[in-house]
Amino acid sequence: MFPKRGAVALGLTGLALALLLSFKTPSDTTATSAGSGGGLAVTDQAVATATPQATADTGSTTTAPAATAPAATTAPAATATPAPATAASGTFTGDAIATRFGTVQVQVTIANGTITDVTALALPNGDPHSAMISQRVEPVLRSSALAVQSARIDLVSGATYTSTAYARSLQAALDQAGL
Amino acid sequence: MTAEPGGEVTADVRPRGPVRAPEPVRAPGPRRIRVEHVMGTAVSLDLRDEAVPESALDDLFAYLRDIDRRFSPFRADSQVGRLIAGELAEADASEDLRLVLGLAEDLRRTTGGYFDIRRHRPDGRPDPTGLVKGWAVEAAAWRLEEAGASRFAINAGGDIVTRGEPEPGRPWRVGIRHPDRPDAVVAIVGLRDGAMATSGAYERGLHIVDPHTGAPPEGLASISVVGPSLTWADAYATAAFAMGRAGIAWVDEHPGYGAYGVTSDRAAAWTPLLDGLLLRD
Repeated sequence: MFPKRGAVALGLTGLALALLLSFKTPSDTTATSAGSGGGLAVTDQAVATATPQATADTGSTTTAPAATAPAATTAPAATATPAPATAASGTFTGDAIATRFGTVQVQVTIANGTITDVTALALPNGDPHSAMISQRVEPVLRSSALAVQSARIDLVSGATYTSTAYARSLQAALDQAGL
Repeated sequence: MTAEPGGEVTADVRPRGPVRAPEPVRAPGPRRIRVEHVMGTAVSLDLRDEAVPESALDDLFAYLRDIDRRFSPFRADSQVGRLIAGELAEADASEDLRLVLGLAEDLRRTTGGYFDIRRHRPDGRPDPTGLVKGWAVEAAAWRLEEAGASRFAINAGGDIVTRGEPEPGRPWRVGIRHPDRPDAVVAIVGLRDGAMATSGAYERGLHIVDPHTGAPPEGLASISVVGPSLTWADAYATAAFAMGRAGIAWVDEHPGYGAYGVTSDRAAAWTPLLDGLLLRD
């Protein structure tokens, strides 16, 4: 059924292949785990604290510890301090915080207790790429060493192949098996 | 240690022994497979409905060929060819081309410029080619549903739309290709009504660059985006790949969409949505 693959079977698949994660940046000492079983927060992140008290429902996002961190420990992250009682609405401007990357200040828009927008007012440098990263409230990701699967499948997703490359693809083998 | 296409030196994690390629699922029921070459790639349809007439399959591929003709940037007489040449004003474009251009503008804003159909053209004219395939395949799936189909999967060069279940009680089992091994998958995702698109540097070379730096992105070997719409999953995968590793987390900001990334150092990372979709057996 896999005509182009001579050595089809021989034993079970090699399992997970080495390599531990290296997601954490050298400066990223905290702010990694939240919730179930040790997800990792990816990427550097920018920081600032929204001072007004507001209930924050940010779904699957980590809230980094309040930005009391001296410049040497973490990069900044937008944090809303959870508070009980009323669901707040409005736009709140955080303190300007000096980090070793430069000064960071964010504005947080909250509607009925949920953060709807985080805007960077000041960033270490003006380039859009760091703006993208800095504005993000990081979600918790799950991660593992990469494994090779041999289980049964119906179809394969991959980077776009050409018509020519299709002939050598696993999808072609699957299609032939079904014809 | 080997040099990866991205130029990064990473540890060699290729298996030492032979690896058995994934096997196709044996379907007990009726199954129609059709493969045609269109839009520069192979489009595979796997249809499990018995009642759908053969003409609906003909119609699906005829529709894709028509889109390919009208939206090809390589044909001087196509709408998109004329748009790029400056012979056709955006306001005078056909309804579906204006729809695609509108989608592209939404995406440019949503992705902070990481998906921008004008940026790679010095004249600033729009070239929606990167968006057309996902949109066209999704539209083709709608047509097939209108013809009565409810259990099918379309794979257009690695971009996937699924509907219903291939067999009662189980989802479509969609493998994510290993970035270094065309014959192996690194994860299996169960999809019913859904879509998946993957961006990576291993097939057509490093054609994606970070539009803000002009350089190839670093940090990811591939990223697969899952969600309800192939149009958006495809565009998100393109934008997220250009962002590098931060792109995985970025996808999670979009409700209903999740991502599974393989990093340059060959680790896997995925968003919480994938926890409920990854199949372990």
